[in-house]
Amino acid sequence: MQRFDAVFFMLARLVTVFSLAFLVPLVWTWADDDLKEIEIWLGSFLATLCCGLLLWALTRRARRELDVRDGFLLVNLVWLVLPAFAALPLYFAVPGIGWSKAYFEAMSGLTATGATAIAGLDLLDPAANIWRCLLQLIGGLGIMLLAVAVLPFLGLGGMQLFKAEMPGPMKDTRLTPRIAETARGLWSVYFVLSAACLLAYRWGGMSWQDAFMHMCTTLGLGGFSSHDRSFGYWNSPVLEWTAVVFMSLAGINFARYFMVWRQRSVRPLWRDTEVRAYALILLAATVVVTFMVWRGGQYDTFGISLREAAFQVVSVATTTGYATTDYLLWPTFVPILLLFLGCFVSCAGSTGGGIKLVRMLILIKVARRELVRIVHPRVVNPVALGGATVPVNVIWAVMAYMLIYGGSMVGLTLLLLASGLDVVTAFTAIIACLNNIGPGLGKVGPAGNYAVLTDFQVWVCTFAMLLGRLELLSVLVLLTPQFWRR
Amino acid sequence: MNIIILGAGRVGESVAESLVSEQNDITVIDPDPERLHLLEDRLELRGVVGNGIQPSVLRHAGAQDADMFVACSTLDETNLVACKVAHDVFSIPTTIARIRSPEFLQGEELLEPGGFAVNKVICPEASVTRYIHQLIEYPEALQVLTFSQGQAYLLAVRVAAGSQLAGRTISEFSAHAPDVAMRVVAVYRREQETPCEAGTRVLPGDEVFVVVDRQHVRAALHAVANVSEPVRRVMIAGGGRVGLRLARSLVGKCEVKLIETDRRRCEYLAEELPSSMLVLHGDASDEELLMGENVGDMDLFVALTSDDEDNIMAAMLAKRLGARRVMALINRRAYADMMQGSAIDIAVSPSQAVIGELLTHVRRGAVAAVHSLRRGAAEALEGVAHGDPKTSQLVGRRIEQLHLPAGARVGAIVRAVDGAARALMPHHDMLIESGDHIVIYLPHKRLVREVERLFQVKATFL
Repeated sequence: MQRFDAVFFMLARLVTVFSLAFLVPLVWTWADDDLKEIEIWLGSFLATLCCGLLLWALTRRARRELDVRDGFLLVNLVWLVLPAFAALPLYFAVPGIGWSKAYFEAMSGLTATGATAIAGLDLLDPAANIWRCLLQLIGGLGIMLLAVAVLPFLGLGGMQLFKAEMPGPMKDTRLTPRIAETARGLWSVYFVLSAACLLAYRWGGMSWQDAFMHMCTTLGLGGFSSHDRSFGYWNSPVLEWTAVVFMSLAGINFARYFMVWRQRSVRPLWRDTEVRAYALILLAATVVVTFMVWRGGQYDTFGISLREAAFQVVSVATTTGYATTDYLLWPTFVPILLLFLGCFVSCAGSTGGGIKLVRMLILIKVARRELVRIVHPRVVNPVALGGATVPVNVIWAVMAYMLIYGGSMVGLTLLLLASGLDVVTAFTAIIACLNNIGPGLGKVGPAGNYAVLTDFQVWVCTFAMLLGRLELLSVLVLLTPQFWRR
Repeated sequence: MNIIILGAGRVGESVAESLVSEQNDITVIDPDPERLHLLEDRLELRGVVGNGIQPSVLRHAGAQDADMFVACSTLDETNLVACKVAHDVFSIPTTIARIRSPEFLQGEELLEPGGFAVNKVICPEASVTRYIHQLIEYPEALQVLTFSQGQAYLLAVRVAAGSQLAGRTISEFSAHAPDVAMRVVAVYRREQETPCEAGTRVLPGDEVFVVVDRQHVRAALHAVANVSEPVRRVMIAGGGRVGLRLARSLVGKCEVKLIETDRRRCEYLAEELPSSMLVLHGDASDEELLMGENVGDMDLFVALTSDDEDNIMAAMLAKRLGARRVMALINRRAYADMMQGSAIDIAVSPSQAVIGELLTHVRRGAVAAVHSLRRGAAEALEGVAHGDPKTSQLVGRRIEQLHLPAGARVGAIVRAVDGAARALMPHHDMLIESGDHIVIYLPHKRLVREVERLFQVKATFL
């Protein structure tokens, strides 16, 4: 305990601050004047606050700077402990959910996965729905990033926390000299986009309450909805196209927006290799899927085919996971393609999950280089991305990441299979959780949900979500003996 | 003219060499006394040992009376600062700096009197690249020079057996190639100059110098040499500054393979060049590497390392392995003369490529451009005729009346016709007007002064 007191000190502060998030649904229930609900939310708020303060009191003597290992430990603890507190109200507010699924739901919220274990969302208290969605907004861009950005008095800081939580292979590129300023910049971009999204949804015909909730889950690329039928509930082209636009925007590296804002020019955005590839893939996939659906005769007009295809492609590829329709009924090619796209299309530094497009680009270039090397053994061609050479250690890190990614996928799928799940459900549930997409295929497809899984299976999926959000290495490093050796 | 040259490196040396023969007073500044001694022994100039950006050294070199300051040390920074000092402290009217980095050229205000006060920038690497690039564009030519903003071209071509004009006399040219307005200004047979008159018969293997206007460059080349396939595949040996510049200038035009011995440099090159260009790590004289990379299928092999001998050997090897045409960068004139036309198709002499640009500033009168031909032996000069028949020795006279030195020939006259510049092929009775640009071929450098004098206008003309 002595050794990690600084970590727990920070954790205590974060838990304390996190308790303030409960005030949002609390205000909502206050307006409703439902005594039982107020009890649940006030209780959760106080419980979290007290735990935080107690831990704070216990560790108040810690005055040590966080080192590299502390950073990783802290990030992991935060991502394990906060979902537990976040699950508290869900456990009490959702009838018959049980602790495992409440924790699953909270983890799915914070990691912006959007896999839900709750059936009957339309019947749920609005406060519970708001809470689920709010978690996705908080977790979307990163809890630590938020803490660094808006809570300077916490004394958090340093590259370590950033590295442990930020998605993407190249984490050393600094946008500003000071980390806190970068974090603030990123969250400002996030906030501006959120506000725009909120107004757009309201204008498109949602109630303020729905607009707020869907704004949270769109920008976080989470995919929770207050309705079982997700966006299909409205069946409104305006809302769907609005969602397509904002999901696409949130799938781009937020650092690029920050640079656009700083330099007052869109050059950093459209000159970026990753962004270009991202736009290209989304467009191409939309065209292909539209064609498949249109030819398959699913819809009467081309316009509807295009709309449905674009929504489904962008939703799954950016790892959001909204659905307007049960796309499992479409030609089999389509759901598999969508799930496959979801694995890698989001850009590094976005709120999406998965491998990240930039890693994929690096891998493709490495592969191409090796092919050239067969013909020209003496060739020197470093892997370049956007005109800059990718450092060798980054390439190695990407390779290692991919190996662990593949290994995790196989290992976790085998676990689910061993627990008696069918192949399609097991495999796609792991893909959907590991990449923070949300819906998979089979029983956990867009029309079903994770409520059918057993507690054990739910815990495996929960772990997969955590692994995916912290990009594997940050979690798995805790399992190495080197990490614990003094 | 009093001229101070900063830096006795390769560029400084060739600048000094070409200026000395123009009978100027030259002072060379360099920190290395031994290099200066060598130069002093060889050429008629004064050496001053020291750091050329220090005012005391410049004063010692006589900067207060200097008419021109040429900074050609290896570092851009030195050259820029030296020009600034020369201009501000000693008020030297003309400052010339050798600048390698193209970035300084983009910011014009940097070079203005308020900035570094550089009147003229020379960049040997850029000149050599341009030179080679022209040869890639016109693969039949041995040398391509442009005059009057590209209105007139001077081409050196080797006459090919079986071509349209091989075996004809010069007077028959216009009959056999009626659409091509060209004028032969010199013929070299077995490296010796041959009198170039109407009755001279041009034989295969002769090297002829032709002046043509812009539209007819390709037609003229095809009439004298056989049509070559355009250059598609290029192998460059040596990824130094010139190699990199050349490769960059070929982006999107040719398939390029670039061979470089230094591993780190290779990585830098691969970073700088698009991924479609292959950067190979290895020695250009490594036969296996060349064969493995199919040097035999190359349209052009260019050896551009800093070592003459390496370039010669690599180019010869490439030629033997089947490369269609080989070029080598050769600094020493003796080597260049020896190699060109025998084992190597074209010897590029970097010092000559840059001197032309520089000499324009040294020349008196209204000389617009001077270019070295045959690696410095002959020259081509472009001058502007000013004044009226009273004050000028050119204006108002027919070409046959001009007092040109023996061997010098008028190649073309570029005149504004209906507001557009046009290159006219001269006839013996053509009248020269004020404002004409006259391109003159000189078989020997020492004739330059006489021709320059022709362009001078008498003092009464204002």
